[in-house]
Amino acid sequence: MASTDGPLSDALLQFGRYLRPGKVSPDLRTLHQIGGRQGDVFYRDRWSHDKVVRSTHGVNCTGSCSWKVYVKDGVITWEAQQTDYPSVGGDRPEYEPRGCPRGAAFSWYTYSPTRVRFPYARGVLVEMYREAKARLGDPVAAWAEITTDPDKRRRYQTARGKGGLVRVTWDEATEIIAAAHVHTIKTHGPDRVAGFSPIPAMSMTSHAVGARFVSLIGGSMLSFYDWYADLPVASPQVFGDQTDVPESADWWDAAYLMLWGSNVPVTRTPDAHYMAEARYRGQKVVVLSPDYNDAAKFADEWLAPHPGTDGALAMAMGHVILKEFFVERSTPAFLDYVKRFTDLPFLVRLRERDGGFVPDKFLTAADLGQEGKEAAFATVLLDARTGEPVVPNGSLGFRYSEEGQGRWNLDLGEVDPLLTALGAEAVPVALPRFDGHGDGVLERGVPVRRVGGHLVTTVYDLMLAQYGVARDGLPGRWPTGYDDADEPYTPAWQEPLTSVPAAAAARIAREFARNAEDSGGRSMIIMGAGTNHWFHSDTIYRSFLALTTLTGCQGVNGGGWAHYVGQEKCRPVTGWAQLAFGLDWSRPPRQMIGTAFWYLHTDQWRYDTYSADVVSSPLANGTFAGKATADLLSQSARLGWMPSYPTFDRNPLDLADEVAAAGAEPGPYVAGQVARGELGFACEDPDAPQNWPRVLTVWRANLLGSSAKGNEYFLRHLLGTDSAVRAEEAAPDQRPDSLTWPEEAPRGKLDLLLSLDFRMTSTTLFSDIVLPAATWYEKHDLSSTDMHPFVHAFTPAIDPPWQTRTDFAAFHAIARSFSRLAKTHLGTRKDVVAVPLLHDTPDELATPHGAVRDWRETGDTPVPGRDFPKIVVVERDYGAVADKMAALGPLLDRLGATTKGLTYDVSGEIARLGRINGVTADGRPSLATDVNMCEAILALSGTTNGHLAAQGFATLARRTGTSFDGLADEHKQITFADTQTRPVPVITSPEWSGSETGGRRYSAFTVNVEHRKPWHTLTGRQHFYLDHDWMHEAGEALPVYRPPLNMTAMFGEPGIGEGGEAGITVRYLTPHSKWSIHSEYQDNLLMLTLSRGGPTIWMSPADAAKAKIADNDWVEAVNRNGVVVARAVVSHRMPEGTVYMYHAQERVVDVPKTEASGRRGGIHNSLTRLLVKPTHLIGGYAQLSFAFNYLGPTGNQRDEVTVIRRRSQEVDY
Amino acid sequence: MRVMAQLAMVMNLDKCIGCHTCSVTCKQAWTNRSGTEYVWFNNVETRPGQGYPRTYQDQDKWRGGWELNKRGRLRLKAGGRLRKLFTIFANPLMPSIQDYYEPWTYDYDRLFSAPATEDTPVARPKSLITGQNTKITWSANWDDNLAGGPELAPADPVLKKLSGQVKLEFERAFMFYLPRICEHCLNPSCVASCPSGAMYKRSEDGIVLVDQDRCRGWRMCVTGCPYKKVYFNHRTGKAEKCTFCYPRVEVGIPTVCSETCVGRLRYIGLILYDADRVAEAAAVPDEKDLYEAQKSVLLDPHDPEVIAAARREGIPDDWLEAARKSPIHKLIFEYGVALPLHPEYRTMPMVWYIPPLSPVVDVLANTGHDGEDAGNLFGAIDALRIPIGYLAELFTAGDPEPVKAVLRRLAAMRSYMRRLNLGQKSDESIADAVGMTGDQIEGMHRLLALAPYAERY
Repeated sequence: MASTDGPLSDALLQFGRYLRPGKVSPDLRTLHQIGGRQGDVFYRDRWSHDKVVRSTHGVNCTGSCSWKVYVKDGVITWEAQQTDYPSVGGDRPEYEPRGCPRGAAFSWYTYSPTRVRFPYARGVLVEMYREAKARLGDPVAAWAEITTDPDKRRRYQTARGKGGLVRVTWDEATEIIAAAHVHTIKTHGPDRVAGFSPIPAMSMTSHAVGARFVSLIGGSMLSFYDWYADLPVASPQVFGDQTDVPESADWWDAAYLMLWGSNVPVTRTPDAHYMAEARYRGQKVVVLSPDYNDAAKFADEWLAPHPGTDGALAMAMGHVILKEFFVERSTPAFLDYVKRFTDLPFLVRLRERDGGFVPDKFLTAADLGQEGKEAAFATVLLDARTGEPVVPNGSLGFRYSEEGQGRWNLDLGEVDPLLTALGAEAVPVALPRFDGHGDGVLERGVPVRRVGGHLVTTVYDLMLAQYGVARDGLPGRWPTGYDDADEPYTPAWQEPLTSVPAAAAARIAREFARNAEDSGGRSMIIMGAGTNHWFHSDTIYRSFLALTTLTGCQGVNGGGWAHYVGQEKCRPVTGWAQLAFGLDWSRPPRQMIGTAFWYLHTDQWRYDTYSADVVSSPLANGTFAGKATADLLSQSARLGWMPSYPTFDRNPLDLADEVAAAGAEPGPYVAGQVARGELGFACEDPDAPQNWPRVLTVWRANLLGSSAKGNEYFLRHLLGTDSAVRAEEAAPDQRPDSLTWPEEAPRGKLDLLLSLDFRMTSTTLFSDIVLPAATWYEKHDLSSTDMHPFVHAFTPAIDPPWQTRTDFAAFHAIARSFSRLAKTHLGTRKDVVAVPLLHDTPDELATPHGAVRDWRETGDTPVPGRDFPKIVVVERDYGAVADKMAALGPLLDRLGATTKGLTYDVSGEIARLGRINGVTADGRPSLATDVNMCEAILALSGTTNGHLAAQGFATLARRTGTSFDGLADEHKQITFADTQTRPVPVITSPEWSGSETGGRRYSAFTVNVEHRKPWHTLTGRQHFYLDHDWMHEAGEALPVYRPPLNMTAMFGEPGIGEGGEAGITVRYLTPHSKWSIHSEYQDNLLMLTLSRGGPTIWMSPADAAKAKIADNDWVEAVNRNGVVVARAVVSHRMPEGTVYMYHAQERVVDVPKTEASGRRGGIHNSLTRLLVKPTHLIGGYAQLSFAFNYLGPTGNQRDEVTVIRRRSQEVDY
Repeated sequence: MRVMAQLAMVMNLDKCIGCHTCSVTCKQAWTNRSGTEYVWFNNVETRPGQGYPRTYQDQDKWRGGWELNKRGRLRLKAGGRLRKLFTIFANPLMPSIQDYYEPWTYDYDRLFSAPATEDTPVARPKSLITGQNTKITWSANWDDNLAGGPELAPADPVLKKLSGQVKLEFERAFMFYLPRICEHCLNPSCVASCPSGAMYKRSEDGIVLVDQDRCRGWRMCVTGCPYKKVYFNHRTGKAEKCTFCYPRVEVGIPTVCSETCVGRLRYIGLILYDADRVAEAAAVPDEKDLYEAQKSVLLDPHDPEVIAAARREGIPDDWLEAARKSPIHKLIFEYGVALPLHPEYRTMPMVWYIPPLSPVVDVLANTGHDGEDAGNLFGAIDALRIPIGYLAELFTAGDPEPVKAVLRRLAAMRSYMRRLNLGQKSDESIADAVGMTGDQIEGMHRLLALAPYAERY
């Protein structure tokens, strides 16, 4: 027998075995024991608990994971994931367990030292308020005095962010808040009140209750999806839809998967397993990321294009696919798909330019002589059988008209769309290139036909020209082959731009397409923030979408695009929207594009030292020449394209009084006043005090610690406190012509910054009043996501502790205080609301052919709803706001509920809600509790109320003339209690484009493809071509490669790679972090312990060596926008020339003072600023029309550079 | 034959996303209390990297586990127990708090209490040991995702064994994650090291525990464990360790780390082993034979002799049924893809691992190789970014062949299943090439890819 040590120790231990219980092995090596384990009671006791409650985490994460929250002795102990998701069919991995380390660390916040337990207010403000109120006897008068007295105003504004918070009571806090609102509405106008709270899907009631308050008083809710730059503008451009993507279980269906700028293990942690597991099914995974990231570990191949050059690679892949699968060999499945579901066969007119031709506008029925408003929106193709032009069903021309009834569908009947005009005639066209070569113009030939006197070609022919795919007999300069590095868009052409070997680019493209052919369209691209947060991300995305669309992958399970950044699917969208925007009481609400709001009111527009012409095509007509971006913004506002709040340089309540006094029609009156220059747009003089936003409420958000691109500009101009801005304002010749330019930019526009939070953030630190919020484990609410097809509940594990309150309770308290003061100070007023031209309404017919006519330039009188915002007068009974908050209003009964152009009759649901929730004294269904509101959301949405879904499909079928029978489960109605029991699968509904019917996995656009339902675009098909004037000006009518912005040329920053020990210039990227969900959890002790305990910047060994930086050294990153101090993480997984400061590291934890400014270091966004892309401001034309969070300028931040250097290692706090 | 039952775990590293959810849920449940601030019963390491506590795998330094003495007998590497008894009052050879990390917090209160000042308040780091301001220079996961790679990774004891073969540069970057809990060894050197008899292996399921009443805080177990998975509670003065969540598994719930693993990569099951043969197998002379030797101690639960012997030992029938259904047994034997962690420590660890695939290096991709193409399978395995040698040093005492065999099986599964995925006829020759049948591959696919909850545990 084997033994252990020597005889002596054996003997000693032999003796020992008699001294202890249990069973020592004969060789004395080990000890087995049974029973007698009182010593282990500790662990059993620790495991015991009193109850387990189902809840989740709200707002800032896509997860929507269902969690078990453990409670013992009334104390939350920890959480673990639920594993009871309904089965997805047994043929694939199930959803359990969903979660991540951040969510698992959430309960730390409950009792943490950063928990906001009581209401706080800025001490100096409270003192002045109490004194003024005691003297004046009225809260509103007191607020008016403090905010209008320049000294007092400066005293509390300059104190923002510098400590000095004091505890106040809820009563006093809500009184001050109410006074600020009442004073602002009375003096400046309700549109000077703004609310910011993002991502409703992740806690619908918490979002809706605040948005409802803001909307009912006439305030502006600020968009977030475009502001976050998470909105892929390419989605409305191509699909006419905001974002619609597959659930993660559908990744399993993909046979080829590209992860492009999306670090799935980090940013989609709960679902990453589907990717890992699908590989076992033979799915090939290709990761495209500039660094060797977490996802690259799972890849079969890792391609590392230089940051921001992804479009070049995708264009080259498109070149290969068009050449090999369309021109050299016709792939029947692809041809059939693009003819039926894309704009490729549609005809485009050519326009003469400088003796040659350029592509112009879609040929429409109007061009062929057809009468009527809709004719200009009925696009035309040629029938291959006859060679004759045909106006097929399904275009926008059929969507709203009487004649279009039953014809808004993708039925082609006998028609066989002709894809190419190839035949007798061809002409060269000029196309722009932006890769910095030559004169920026490509000359490529397209075949042409003459139709109705117009010289036309097809979108397909233009695509081949743009991508440089030659065909015999066409004029122009063409690539000689894949190895031609000079002519776009060959694999060899992209190699010097991206660093990806030409052969690899061609091979991956070929594999992707071949897989799509072999699998029936099951090639997928998961695309993320890494490619979506650039100034020109819409062009990057369009080049990606070309790959999935050409290969017939959109609308197929396992295929197409999978964009997962921000927003998240609020599946019960109809019910949420009615409540959030108070549509049951008054319409329309004010909804503002966030980026423009911040751009103007943080005065970043004043620092635009470049012309909007920077985006212009070499073939442009000069529309943007000499204009500043702010000029285009004001143009967009005055044409009614994009919303603009505050709207006019006058209080809209006073304006309503004027209209009434004049006894005039509001629309013509206002338009006339503006045309005559008697009334101005606020956005044309954003620095005038009467045009400032005055009250801002932030909840479920951390604006100043997370999304505030140009953070230091926020501090300086919006808040009026210290900042680290170093940039110069624009010189006189760079300034906008159409905006007033006061010599001195204002500091401190905002009278009140109010935040509601459960933890201390960079926003609460700068707020005037901080209200203590309940956490996600202390409230009732609802959650849904695009990642899975379920709705499920938040349930309180404990009551809100200390003086914390749910958002629901807090806003009701505010509303009560407000109504009390408003009853006497405001009473009932009329409010003039300017409404932009809206998507999914006939407004999108406002601009035929996307031909821009600016009434200010032509001297015409604008017409509201055509080239001017619509003007609507809304009555506001300010004393009744609190009561309206708590009841479902009567407007719903009369007008129904509309989502994406489809109106639902909800009268039956309202009656049912009254029975479930009880009714108010007026007989309206009660919304007095958060559970009431959850029930209302579920009852008023098709996804959670099968009766409505079925009704919606029936309504839709009348318009399309096709059938959607059997899609909706008419008998299923989901209640809040259902969602508390277990995550509940939603019902297929026309609110979304995919189908879950029969337990099928959700994939976007399957309803379009299978039920011939048009996309919400001009042609009714997916668009490669965009013919709006401004798209031509930008040279982006077709997919195109545009490089990252040149910050040296635009702002005089040093070039990348310049510098040395004193500081090296690098590209500055802020990808999503492993240790936080945006700013949340980055202050959480568990996450800090698992990472490096504070802010870090990742960099390559090569860059570190140049600047003599060692791992964990303190470094400073400085550019014109501000300064960041952090620790360096030096890693060879980083590429040279690029640093990462993971989003969103803020200034609350371990941030010392900087050497550059002598003040506290900034947040990750202290080095960024807003850069608005003009084409995002287009509106009033087909799918390029505004809807909230659907289209708007993005707050992109990826094109930035910084100088980074080693600083003194002695830091001072 | 003396049959004993053992709870064991397999982790599929090929699926691990390195998210650390397991670490957080474990810490929240078990060690977020005073005295155990630095303790992570479950941790996840990026490899290459130093691990937690740092360089714990360097047994020349830490002297954990067993070695063979001159006569070929097992001896605790840190010295015989007699010597331990004589040196019981001396500091044992164990990592200092700095080798784990000095736990810290922040003065968050400053964010509320800061008076009106000239600058924005901030929460500074404070040591949880001294209460004083601190600079953070190390943590339980400091080199996560190759952080500090060029400076820190060369100290990785595993990497050192491959001296010169691995270049830490962008073009050749590789990493994978290694989640670790206590190995609940069949031949636990911690138990053997304990002078107080406080450590024991539960007879019924093999879970290794510390009797909190009997522990005298000598800390010899910390030295003895080569995985450094026994910790010292500074508050109670006693040793603590992963309990395999016995209060949960006793009532039929998987361990916290397993159930909360969002990568769905952990399997728990019962296995049977011959307790009489443990010491002999742990003492085979050649370290490279330890993997097979350890397998030879594990018993076939379908074997009637084993069943009869198990009944004699009083193992109940439902436990035997569990052993027959055990995913662990399937992964080690039927599919042959799970390997033990550091068998050369001779402790007979009971947490096994499926090694990870990784991207092929660009050199190969550029020549047109395709990992899914059955014809290229084995060529691709040899060109993976993660060097086979590195995996072999972790799992097979440096022998590359068993690791290669596992990776080939995983690759064959992908190739075989791709044909089915695309609606093509199955190709038995792919399975045959790695010594499996198509049915076996489909069974393995079900367990690894679908990984149903009821079959994972």
